[in-house]
Amino acid sequence: MIKAKDIKKKYIRKHPSPFCPGCGGGMVLNSMSRAVEESEVSKEDIVAVSGIGCAAWIPSPHWRVDTLHTTHGRAIAFATGVKIGNKDLEVMVVSGDGDCAGIGGNHLLHGARNNIDLNVLMINNGLYAMTGGQVAPTTEHDEKTLTTPYGNPSSSFEAAEIVKAAGAGHVARWTTYHMKELIEEVKKAIDTNGFSFIEVLTQCPTRKGKKEGMNGLEMLEWYKENTSKDEDSDKIFVGTLSEVDRPELTEQIYRQIDKAGGGLR
Amino acid sequence: MKEPGEYFMEGNIACAEGSLRAGCGFYAGYPITPASEVMNHLSKELPKVGGRFVQMEDEIASIASIIGASWTGLKSMTATSGPGFSLMQENLGYAVMTETPCVIVNVQRAGPSTGQATKPGTGDVMQARFGSQGDYEIIALSPNSGQEMFDFTIRSFNLAEKYRTPVILLADAGVGHMRERVKIRSEVETIDRRRPEGDETEYFDTDRKDHVPPMPDFGDGEELLITGSTHLGDGTRDTSSFEAQDRLVRRLVSKIEDNREEIEDWEEMDVEDADLTVVSYGSMSRPARGAVKKAREEGLDVGFFRPKVMWPSPERRLREIGNNSEVLLAELSLRGYRMEVERAVPSENLHIYDRLNSLPTIDMIYDKIKEVVK
Amino acid sequence: MSEDVKINIDRKLCTGCGICIKFCPKDVLGESDDLNQYGNHFPEVVAKDECIVCRRCELYCPDFAIEVEEE
Repeated sequence: MIKAKDIKKKYIRKHPSPFCPGCGGGMVLNSMSRAVEESEVSKEDIVAVSGIGCAAWIPSPHWRVDTLHTTHGRAIAFATGVKIGNKDLEVMVVSGDGDCAGIGGNHLLHGARNNIDLNVLMINNGLYAMTGGQVAPTTEHDEKTLTTPYGNPSSSFEAAEIVKAAGAGHVARWTTYHMKELIEEVKKAIDTNGFSFIEVLTQCPTRKGKKEGMNGLEMLEWYKENTSKDEDSDKIFVGTLSEVDRPELTEQIYRQIDKAGGGLR
Repeated sequence: MKEPGEYFMEGNIACAEGSLRAGCGFYAGYPITPASEVMNHLSKELPKVGGRFVQMEDEIASIASIIGASWTGLKSMTATSGPGFSLMQENLGYAVMTETPCVIVNVQRAGPSTGQATKPGTGDVMQARFGSQGDYEIIALSPNSGQEMFDFTIRSFNLAEKYRTPVILLADAGVGHMRERVKIRSEVETIDRRRPEGDETEYFDTDRKDHVPPMPDFGDGEELLITGSTHLGDGTRDTSSFEAQDRLVRRLVSKIEDNREEIEDWEEMDVEDADLTVVSYGSMSRPARGAVKKAREEGLDVGFFRPKVMWPSPERRLREIGNNSEVLLAELSLRGYRMEVERAVPSENLHIYDRLNSLPTIDMIYDKIKEVVK
Repeated sequence: MSEDVKINIDRKLCTGCGICIKFCPKDVLGESDDLNQYGNHFPEVVAKDECIVCRRCELYCPDFAIEVEEE
């Protein structure tokens, strides 16, 4: 079993982090680091792109790889440029649910449609946490949040299902409770040549937990009780939602350059 | 990529060819009139020289991806018009803040809003300077011919690389769609970004006089901390201290301000003894220059001044001219460059010839010159 | 069970979230009386001899605050 000491030394900087007590952000950081350590990829080849929000601060500045902390919702678009620019880079995107599926929804759709070889972790805490806990596209109907004090008049959608429908090569869902499975899924994402999308239900004790009367630990237990690896269960499904083989954009572009006769610039 | 020679070429194509000559390695864009030809041409030609081309889902994604690609070591460009340029402002500011070289072509059209897509206008000049939020300086060039579409695109790349900044090529539908003789030279000077040397470890701060830090690539093992938040020299985010904000933002502004003499560029004709100087830029400057020549032929002491670099502003020279002669600003816009010229020229000396939708004839401007000179 | 086990809790990093205490399969950890800046109790080792060095605490700690050393 990998030692935390070694992971910390090789992959982590700038600690203590600003994350709240019990926040799942650090757990995602831990799982990403362990996944890379157990993969063939070298950390020098990794670029972690993030948008704006607490989730965006997971890789930036805490992860000791090349990091690109961008504008709200646009991480996948920036990451597309990085990957097509240099296909040998392993590009990870870490983005909150508001960043990724709210303002960034369009880029999420087209990243999936293009099946571009990115590894996207959507850190889903069901809110816009950093700005105080406003309603997000993943917030349940009727839920009371900072901007839905009378209950959420909107309804949520399932980002993972949409990404699956848009054509992503690899779609999965886990929670921070499922650390071992999450690590394996990130490894699979790294190995997959296509758009990997892992929705990670992640606890935000400060903005979500507090109003539900739960701390971080209790939220982890809630994840355990309310998820299931059985598709037929009524509980939230965790596991692989989709694995398909479709043309991957970077490969297609490079093949065309090859055919057009250009040596790479 | 066209072989060296002389061509009868559309401005937008000349711009695309200029980018190929400059060494562009990545283009991402979105269709928009009157700029689409730049992208259409590059979709075919860029792969032939080993560059990556991709059409993105919108203009925001286009500028985002050229910034991402720039950090893989590639010279990158996108082209758009007013509506797309408006969408790009946030990420333009991001490129300024992260000191990412890239070229944004704005083939301006008649606005505001959807306006008249196929008609020229130059109402975006101030937006090029102030479009994104916060304090910053920008470099923007204004070509007025097919040749300049080619040459200024190359210069835009060079300035972007030299100063680690986004550079805007402010063209307009007139210049973009006009066909003229364009000479493509075999020898073209290109500049590449300065990569870290020896013991240089800071990529987001410097004590150098030119204020430009070195720039590594992704994959160099530098564990880069690139962020649009205010940051320290090593890229660490600092969203609270006075020192970090003061040092970073002042340096970013100084980077353009202190280097302006190397960046600025203009054309002058017969200004020294002029009673009236016509100031113009972009496609409007063509009939404007013609009108000035005609005025001289008719014995009027009229000069001509054309900024080739709109930003940083040629205010120093404009002020000298404005204090020595009357000025007639001729532009294809009501507010494009007007307030900048008003800043430099005493109001009693300033006259305006503004026109929308289409270029005037030489005679129309000449008539205005005569009226002002009276 | 190993007598040469040392469990270090870095109090500069630990936020007192309590996750390690609950997730340890052997109840090696418990709540100390000491409070941190958040008003949470730091964990402490209460049954060192029970530790099987599964490193589940290390796996689940969000703050890289706990390290299990085996001599």
